[in-house]
Amino acid sequence: MRAWNDITAGGAAGMLTRRLFLKGSLAGAAWVAARGLGLPAFGAGAARATAKARAVIQIWMWGGPAHLDTFDPKPDAGSDYTGPFDKPIATNVAGIRINELLPLLAKQADKYSIVRTLTHGINGHETAAYMVQTGRPPGGRLSFPSAGAVVSLFKGRGAGYQGEIPPYVVLTQPQGRFSEAGFLGLKHKPFATGGDPAAARFAVEGIVLKDVSDERQRRRRELLSALSTFRAAAAEAPQMAAAEQARDEAYATILGDGGKVFDLSQEKDSVRERYGRNTFGQSCLCARRLVEKGVPYVTINYPGWDTHKQHFQAMRRLLPQLDAGFSALLEDLAARGLLESTIVWWGGEFGRTPRVQWEPPWNGGRNHYGNVFSHVLAGGGFKGGQVVGASTARGEEVQERPVYPCDLLGSIYAQLGIDPDGAMPNPQGLDVRVTPDAAEGVKSAGRLKELM
Amino acid sequence: MHCLAGVMNSVLRSWLCLGLLARGMAATAAARGPVAPYETAAPAAAASPIDELVFGRLKDLRIVPAFFCSDEVFLRRAFLDVVGVLPTREEARAFLDDPRPDKRARLIETLLARDEFVDYWAMKWADRLRLKAEFPIRLWPKSAQAYHRWIAGCLAENRPYDRMARELLLATGSSYYAPEVNFYRAMQQRDATNIARTVALTFMGVRAERWPADRLADLAAFFSRVAFKGTSEWKEEIVYLDPLKAAPARARLPDGTEVALPPDGDPRAVLVEWLVSGKNPWFARHMANRLWYELFGRGIVHEPDDMRPDNPPVHPALLAYLERELVSSGWDMRHVLRLILRSRTYQLSAIPRASDPRAAAHFAVYPLRRLEAEVLSDALCRVTGVPERYVSPVPEPYTYLPEEMRTVALPDGNSTSAFLELFGRPARDTGLAAERDNADGAEQRRHLLNSSHVHDKLARSPVLLALASQTQQPGELVEAVYLTVLSRRPTALELKALADYRDRSGLRGRELLTDLVWALINGEEFLYRH
Repeated sequence: MRAWNDITAGGAAGMLTRRLFLKGSLAGAAWVAARGLGLPAFGAGAARATAKARAVIQIWMWGGPAHLDTFDPKPDAGSDYTGPFDKPIATNVAGIRINELLPLLAKQADKYSIVRTLTHGINGHETAAYMVQTGRPPGGRLSFPSAGAVVSLFKGRGAGYQGEIPPYVVLTQPQGRFSEAGFLGLKHKPFATGGDPAAARFAVEGIVLKDVSDERQRRRRELLSALSTFRAAAAEAPQMAAAEQARDEAYATILGDGGKVFDLSQEKDSVRERYGRNTFGQSCLCARRLVEKGVPYVTINYPGWDTHKQHFQAMRRLLPQLDAGFSALLEDLAARGLLESTIVWWGGEFGRTPRVQWEPPWNGGRNHYGNVFSHVLAGGGFKGGQVVGASTARGEEVQERPVYPCDLLGSIYAQLGIDPDGAMPNPQGLDVRVTPDAAEGVKSAGRLKELM
Repeated sequence: MHCLAGVMNSVLRSWLCLGLLARGMAATAAARGPVAPYETAAPAAAASPIDELVFGRLKDLRIVPAFFCSDEVFLRRAFLDVVGVLPTREEARAFLDDPRPDKRARLIETLLARDEFVDYWAMKWADRLRLKAEFPIRLWPKSAQAYHRWIAGCLAENRPYDRMARELLLATGSSYYAPEVNFYRAMQQRDATNIARTVALTFMGVRAERWPADRLADLAAFFSRVAFKGTSEWKEEIVYLDPLKAAPARARLPDGTEVALPPDGDPRAVLVEWLVSGKNPWFARHMANRLWYELFGRGIVHEPDDMRPDNPPVHPALLAYLERELVSSGWDMRHVLRLILRSRTYQLSAIPRASDPRAAAHFAVYPLRRLEAEVLSDALCRVTGVPERYVSPVPEPYTYLPEEMRTVALPDGNSTSAFLELFGRPARDTGLAAERDNADGAEQRRHLLNSSHVHDKLARSPVLLALASQTQQPGELVEAVYLTVLSRRPTALELKALADYRDRSGLRGRELLTDLVWALINGEEFLYRH
C-alpha cells in the first residue's frame, strides 16, 4: 500500500494505473507507467518539500584513490605506509590535515567534510563500484540503478526538470556497466558527452560536430525534410508524430541555444586557467555550467586512480590536477551562491592498500582496498569543516563510526528531498525502497546526521 | 512483361500523387488510394486461415485494414524481420525486377534457410535466457560462448521446441561441455524458488511474482535437488542433482494436479513431461504467441511474457490456431513463422487507414517500430562498409571480437558499446521482453544526426568511396544509393529534391553523396521497420 501511495499520490498516475494496481501489481504498474508515459509530477509524491539541494556534482575517482595519500594521511605509520608523503598539511579547519599536494583544497576545508570510514569490504572494481553507486551488494534479484539514475527518476524529466540537456550527464566517458540505470532502463541512463572539454572545441557527442558548419547543418536539415517521403506518407501514424518531435528536440540542442552550455569559450580565460587546462579541470567548469542550467546530476568520471604500479609518480602528477579543479569548483560554486543547493560528492569505488607494495612486480604500488576509505561531501545542505569517523592508526580498518554506501546515498537523497525510505518502481513489481530497508539485510550504520 | 511493368510504374506514380493529396485531407484517410512506393491495392498472397481470422474480426469491429505493402516494402520488411539484416543492393534489384508472381513466398523460404536467421533468432533467445558473461548473471565468457553456440545449433537444425525445452530443463553437467546447463546458471539467484520463477517466465510466459506464495513453492519443489559446484577448471561449473537433498514425495503442478515424485529420480522430469506434452494452457500457447510477437512487435497476448487469466488474448481463435499448428507440425518454429510471413495480414502496409484506436491491437496495420540497437548498428555498418569493434572488458583477460562479426551475432550481452546502450539493447538481467527499449527520443536522434561516430562512418566509408569514384551517370548513382540504403529506387519527387539541393548547396561528388546518405539514414524509412 505504501508503495502505491508514495509513488502515485494523486496525479494522473493514479488514474492510469489503478486498473493494473487492482490486479495485483503495485510498483510494477508504476514502473510501466513511469517508463511508458513519462508521467508528469512523478517524483512529486516522493520528493519532499524540505529539499536543501537541487543538484549533485559527483567526482567519480575511477580506480579507487588511495585514502592515505589524499584525505586520510597517516604520517606516523612509517614509510611502508606513507611512502614519500609523510608531511600532510594543515587546512583552514583546525585539526584537519590532508596530503601535502592538495594545498588549494586545504584552503577550502571549511566548505567540505571528510567521511573517513566508508566501508564495504569489496576489492573488485566493478562489484565495489556497483556497491558504492547503488548502495546494494551485487548479486540480488534486481540490477539496481546508480545514484544518478535515481536522481534522474525523482528529479529529472517528468518530475519537474524541463531542460534540453538530459538530466543525468557524465563528463566525458561512461563509468561502465556498473553505474547504469539498472532496472530503471534507458530513460534514466546517463548521457556521456564524449569529447574533451580541454580541447579547442568541446565536441559533445551528438551536439557539437567538429567538421560540419552550422550552415551545412541547416541545409542538411532541409534535405532531410525534403527526402522524408515515408514520414510524409505515414504522417497519421502516431509513431511518426513522436519521431518528428524527437528530431525537433534534437535540433534544439544542435542548432538552437540548448547546446551552448558546453561552449566553454564563453568563460573568461582566467576562470578556465583557475580550473586547470586539462580534461578534469575543464570538466569541473563544465559541471558548474550544467548545474547553473538546472541539470540535476552531473558525474565527472575521473580515471587514472587504479595505481598498482608507479603509484607515487602517478600521485605527483594527478594530485595537483585534482587540487586545482576540485578547489576551483568549490570556490566558484560558493561565489555564485550555488554551493548551498549543489552537493559536491568526491570518491571512488574503494581506497588502496595502506601498506605500500614495494615488491615486484608492483615496485611501489597500492592495491584495491574496500575495508576503509574516504569520501568527501560538500554543499547542498551538508556541513563543511567536519570529519566523520576515524580509521585505525595505519588506515587499515574502521576505528569508529562505519559509514556504508547506503548511508551515504541515503543522506544525499534526503538532502535532495528524495525519501530514502520511499518506494522505487521496478519491472517485476517487487516492493523495493530507494535505499535498502532492514529486510534486505544490507549493512547500515545510519545516515550522516553529523553533517545534516 | 516489360510493358506491364511500365504500366504498373505509371499507376504507382499516379498513386503517389493521390497519396500526397490524401495527406492534405487527413479526415478522409480511409478514402485514399494506396501510396507509392509503399503500398499496393492487390494482395500478393493467397488468403490463409490467419487472414480469415484477422480480417473477419476487423470486419466485425468495422476497422478498415491498411492496404497491402508493395514489393519494395515487403523485401525490406522480410529481411529485417526474418534475418535482421538489410538486403544488399544486388538482392534488392534482383527481387524488385523478378517478375514471378510467387517471389514473396520464394524470398521467405530463402530467408528462413539463411545462416543469418540463426544469428538473429539466437539473439532473441539469448535475450530471453539472459545470456551474459558478467554481473549480474555471471556465466563467464567461456560458458557464455558455449551456451550461445548450443542455442545457435538448435536453431540451425530447427530442433523441435519441445525437445529444446526438455534439454534445457533436464540439463546436468559441465557448463563448458553440456552448455545447456547454463540455463540454470543464468539467473541472478539460483535457489529453487528463483529457478521456479525463471522457468515460469521462460516456458510458460507467466510472471510467478503474481502467484500466491504456495503455488510458487509447489513449482519450486521440482527444482529442490538442483545444485552447483565448481571444478579445478577456471570458472567451470557443474550443475547436478544433489543426492543429499531430498525432494518431497508429492508435488503439485501449476494446473493444480498433484503428482508423486520418484524418491531417487529427477523430480524435474515429472514437471517437464507435463509441461512439454502440449496438454496445458501455457507451453505451446506461449511460444505461438511469442513467434507472432517477434514478427509484429506485439503479441496476441501482450506483453508476451505476462500471460494470465485477466490479460486474455486479443484474438483467442487466432492464438489457438497458431498453437495447434505449432504442436501438429512437431513443434516446428519455422513452420509457424512461415505461416505468418506468408499471410496477407503480415503483408499489410504500415500506413494506417483507420483512426480506430483498436486498429493496432487487432493487427489492422503492420506496426511501425524503430530498428533494435543491434540491427540498426549492423545496418549502419552495411550501408557504410565501416565495421564496429566490440570488446568485452570484464572479466580480464578482455575478449576482443573480430571486426567482421555482426552485432546481432555477438554471443555475450556484456560486450561494451555506447551505441547499443543508447539504442536500448536489453541488459539481459531479467529476461523480460520489456527490457529492450526501442525508444526514439532526442538523445537517439542527436547521435544519428550529429555524432562523430556516425559522421566518421560516412567519412571513412569505402562503400561511398567506391560509388563516388565509379563513372556512373548521376541517375544511376542515386539509384544505387537508394537501393543500398532503402532497398528501393528513388521517386521522381526525390530526384527533384536532390537536384534542388545540389543546385542550392553547390556541393558535388563525395560531399553531395555523403549528405544524401546522411539524410537517408536519418529518415524514418531507414530507422523503422515499416
